[in-house]
Amino acid sequence: MANKITDETIEYVGILAKLALSDEEKEQARRDMGRMLDYIDKLNELDTGGAEPMSHIFPVENVFREDVVTNGNESEKILANAPAQKDDMFMVPRTFN
Amino acid sequence: MELLSLSAVELGRRIREGRTTAVEAMQAVLNQIDREEQSYNCYITVDRERALKKAEEAQQKIESGALSGPLAGVPMAVKDNLCTEGMLTTCGSRILGNFIPAYSAEAVSALERAGAVIIGKTNMDEFAMGSTTETSAYGPTRNPHNPEHVPGGSSGGSAAAVAAEECFFALGSDTGGSIRQPASHCGVVGMKPTYGTVSRYGLVAYGSSLDQIGPLCKTVEDCAVILDLLASDGMEGPHVGNQGSDFPLRDSTRIRREDTRFTEALIKDVRGMRIGIPKDYIPFTESEQEASGGPDPEVRDAVRKAAQLLKENGAIVEAFDLELVDYAIPAYYTIAAAEASSNLERFDGIKYGYRAENADELHQMYKETRSRGFGAEVKRRIMLGSFVLSSGYYDAYYLKALRVKAMIKKTFDEAFRKYDCILGPVAPTTAPKLGESLCDPIKMYLGDIYTISTNLAGLPAISLPCGKDGKGLPIGLQLIGDCFQEKKLLQIAYTYEQTANLR
Amino acid sequence: MAKQYETVIGLEVHVELATRTKIFCGCSTAFGGSPNSHTCPVCTGMPGTLPVLNKKVLEYAVSVGLATNCQITRYSKFDRKNYFYPDNPQNYQISQLYLPICRDGYVEIDIRQNMEGDEADPEQRSRGACPTDGGASAEGLDCGNRKRIGIHEIHMEEDAGKLIHDEWEDCTLVDYNRSGVPLIEIVSEPDMRSAEEVIAYLEKLRLIIRYLGASDCKLQEGSMRADVNLSVREAGSSLLGTRTEMKNLNSFRSIVRAIENEKNRQIDLLESGQAVVQETRRWDEAKEISYPMRSKEDAQDYRYFPDPDLAPIRISDEFLEEIRARQPELRTEKMGRYRREYDIPEYDIEIITQSRHMAELFEVTVALGSQPKKVSNWLMVETLRLLKEREMDPEDICFTPEHLAKLISLTESKAINSTVAKEVFEAMFDRDVDPEQYVEERGLKMVSDTDALRRVVEEVIAANPQSVEDYRNGKDRAIGFLVGQTMKAMKGKADPVSVNGLLRELL
Repeated sequence: MANKITDETIEYVGILAKLALSDEEKEQARRDMGRMLDYIDKLNELDTGGAEPMSHIFPVENVFREDVVTNGNESEKILANAPAQKDDMFMVPRTFN
Repeated sequence: MELLSLSAVELGRRIREGRTTAVEAMQAVLNQIDREEQSYNCYITVDRERALKKAEEAQQKIESGALSGPLAGVPMAVKDNLCTEGMLTTCGSRILGNFIPAYSAEAVSALERAGAVIIGKTNMDEFAMGSTTETSAYGPTRNPHNPEHVPGGSSGGSAAAVAAEECFFALGSDTGGSIRQPASHCGVVGMKPTYGTVSRYGLVAYGSSLDQIGPLCKTVEDCAVILDLLASDGMEGPHVGNQGSDFPLRDSTRIRREDTRFTEALIKDVRGMRIGIPKDYIPFTESEQEASGGPDPEVRDAVRKAAQLLKENGAIVEAFDLELVDYAIPAYYTIAAAEASSNLERFDGIKYGYRAENADELHQMYKETRSRGFGAEVKRRIMLGSFVLSSGYYDAYYLKALRVKAMIKKTFDEAFRKYDCILGPVAPTTAPKLGESLCDPIKMYLGDIYTISTNLAGLPAISLPCGKDGKGLPIGLQLIGDCFQEKKLLQIAYTYEQTANLR
Repeated sequence: MAKQYETVIGLEVHVELATRTKIFCGCSTAFGGSPNSHTCPVCTGMPGTLPVLNKKVLEYAVSVGLATNCQITRYSKFDRKNYFYPDNPQNYQISQLYLPICRDGYVEIDIRQNMEGDEADPEQRSRGACPTDGGASAEGLDCGNRKRIGIHEIHMEEDAGKLIHDEWEDCTLVDYNRSGVPLIEIVSEPDMRSAEEVIAYLEKLRLIIRYLGASDCKLQEGSMRADVNLSVREAGSSLLGTRTEMKNLNSFRSIVRAIENEKNRQIDLLESGQAVVQETRRWDEAKEISYPMRSKEDAQDYRYFPDPDLAPIRISDEFLEEIRARQPELRTEKMGRYRREYDIPEYDIEIITQSRHMAELFEVTVALGSQPKKVSNWLMVETLRLLKEREMDPEDICFTPEHLAKLISLTESKAINSTVAKEVFEAMFDRDVDPEQYVEERGLKMVSDTDALRRVVEEVIAANPQSVEDYRNGKDRAIGFLVGQTMKAMKGKADPVSVNGLLRELL
């Protein structure tokens, strides 16, 4: 396997993606990611020098809304699925020290 | 029983003619679900009460003349990654196990306005990541042609529901083949329209630049009718410039389609149509077969036969080299994983869905919620996607993949200068057995080889049945068109369907 | 002998734009409102929802770019900035990294000669000639007592929600009313060298943006926020030191304190042989110290990539011309015009044009027929006094030019005297009362009936023989007492000058 994925990388990606993996899952993730990256490295066979990175397939440009209020107070609906709420706000573990 | 075997358009006609009612049709479907669902598990949610009530309402509107469209009163199934107001929408995931949206996907609303009635929400691979519907948190769906086999995926519940006559048609989504491949495995018609044709608003995003909603149904005619409704929705009113400012837009990537009268293409005639078959897709010689691997011989032969039939009907069929096929899968998985890693960040246990209990520190709450809420395949793709976007790897992986995408698009552009349509198989094999695919992700990804490049290039493609293998499992024929050329695809598909007479 | 250090400062200024709706959905941007009452599925990151750009946001961003001498990016895109935090409902912020809407601009600030706490040597300040071609500078150029502060870029992005600490539950509550409110972030070059320059730059930006009507730029309310990037280096060095980024600065005062504090902290570190760590710090306003903000859970790796849900923006010549044509007269032009058109002192021009609102008040009142100098006097004296007393911003002046014109005409026609006028003005300043109506209702008009006045004066003379005696004996001051007595008897409704004349006549 050309791509050696270290424990540190898995740890780091876990922080970025907010995923806590068990040791077993980490081992699996190291193997899977290594294999996938080896596979993706196939792209390096291609000379893409002249090609611009294409994020949008069609040249659709300038899609705008007018600055007009269309929404009313929907707080009840917005909060309806909240796992925890208080005083019409979403409740989360504290963020202040 | 007879009612259930009707196509959506046939049923709609009967309802309009007063020979049956929307309620009778819904009741028949619900009875069928009662009989078959425990064998197939097509649905995550069936809301009987709502379905019957809505059918009743539709029937009244039909009788009063307020509804007269081709799908008025026709029961439909909706893939569970399309939001439905007031109805559970799980995406096949534990993390959305209790999510009830306050809004509907625009595609769903469009069909509801046309009088179609939702039966329920169909099973799918979790967040549409998978090709077998086995990654669903709500158990796998089984293939109605043989319950030991998977229905394909990720829209496996939708495809199986159509095949099992548990609905008259269904909506699915296609990011890398997720409509076409299960349609192929279940012996139904499935279409992915040109990117931007159907509003993605309310479709829970997987790979935003690749996702597109489309129909799974019994006939090419149904497909044309549904597509017309989806593509024309919200397009009324004067047209200003590229995207009219009066265009009530919720999806910035949507494209205004000039001509959505797709049923006009239901003509049994392919004379003079130029059809190209990529040599890698269907090897014609032994050496080509060896070089590319190619699909299973039974699949290959069925597709060759279909091509032959079109040729006999006057089409010009030839083999050609479609380059870069091998690069589509790695480019696709890089782009899709990157977009997915970002799209799925919003599932954090704060606003909706599952939240891990007893996590009183913020980041611990995030991690435990997401680690327990997502399944293995989703986590695998999120990890990969986060990695390819991370500092130091963005250029080498993500930008590289976007460059390859540009080259693939160019290759197709060139091919469509020569051909009206590209013909090939949908998948290299018929439906695998349950449990066979998941153990090797790369092998599973390779199964997407014939469908993925059309998503990268934004092209429309249709999958329709073209026979069965020795085990009685359906084989699908794929027709790929140039951007905005759905009509050509439908005409060729219709001609094949009417000529082959497989239904 | 201690080393000399130079402070190098760059600013990231966030400005909330004055649109009616949010950047990507049709929710109101109005302040206040109960929690989550200005939210919808889009700005709370509900699954499947998609953004559509508010055109007005682009127009304001381009307008600010033009007014700050920026290059407008003709092909611009939005990118996603990925990080997990509860105020950010999608856990990515839609922003611009790769192709921001404006780049390479500058603004000029006035710098006073003896700036306190400014270690930059005076020679450096006068170095170089001021370019006349309007080209952006790589580093701030000094032009006499003006200095050019480079703008690296301006980009559009969405604001985050508000986090509130709940003591009772010991948790945090999230209100997404501000989530999706449009912002522009103005990123300066590291061209500032002192807190004074920073304040001058911020004041200049605020002035320009308020003139454009693109934002009200209130630091206290958070519609203008500045993050300070600061590093120190040995005087004379051309290399940049390691910088820190300071957040949570809610007033000019905190900005000044935080800069002083951080400068000293970094110098102390370097002096004791330690290195400055590149980090984000949070300013604690109450304790006047800063803390590092990051934990090990923040990798500061935002994985930016182009947002696939938003279409790119292409700015046509026509669009640019349209914005350019709509640009209001900015302060420098306005000052020039005032010099030509109005006969008022330079100092008045400077003060009045500091606020577009005040300038408009001035111009409209003059257009209604009032004399420029009279209008300017009301603005320069009473208005400024009350603004200061009420701790208000000139932008919040509520009285109309029509009412000011009426008040001036009342004083001109001697219908009211200056004491009454001040009283009326104060009521006008606080509640925008109609001066005519106010004077009428309260019976404040001067008595113009000379017979009536003559009768009162005669009574006052009769009642104060001692003062009359004193006056006649050459004590001129005694007349003042008699005027006062008359005014008192008239309940202030007389013109003191007329009273004075009448007294002299009768004596």
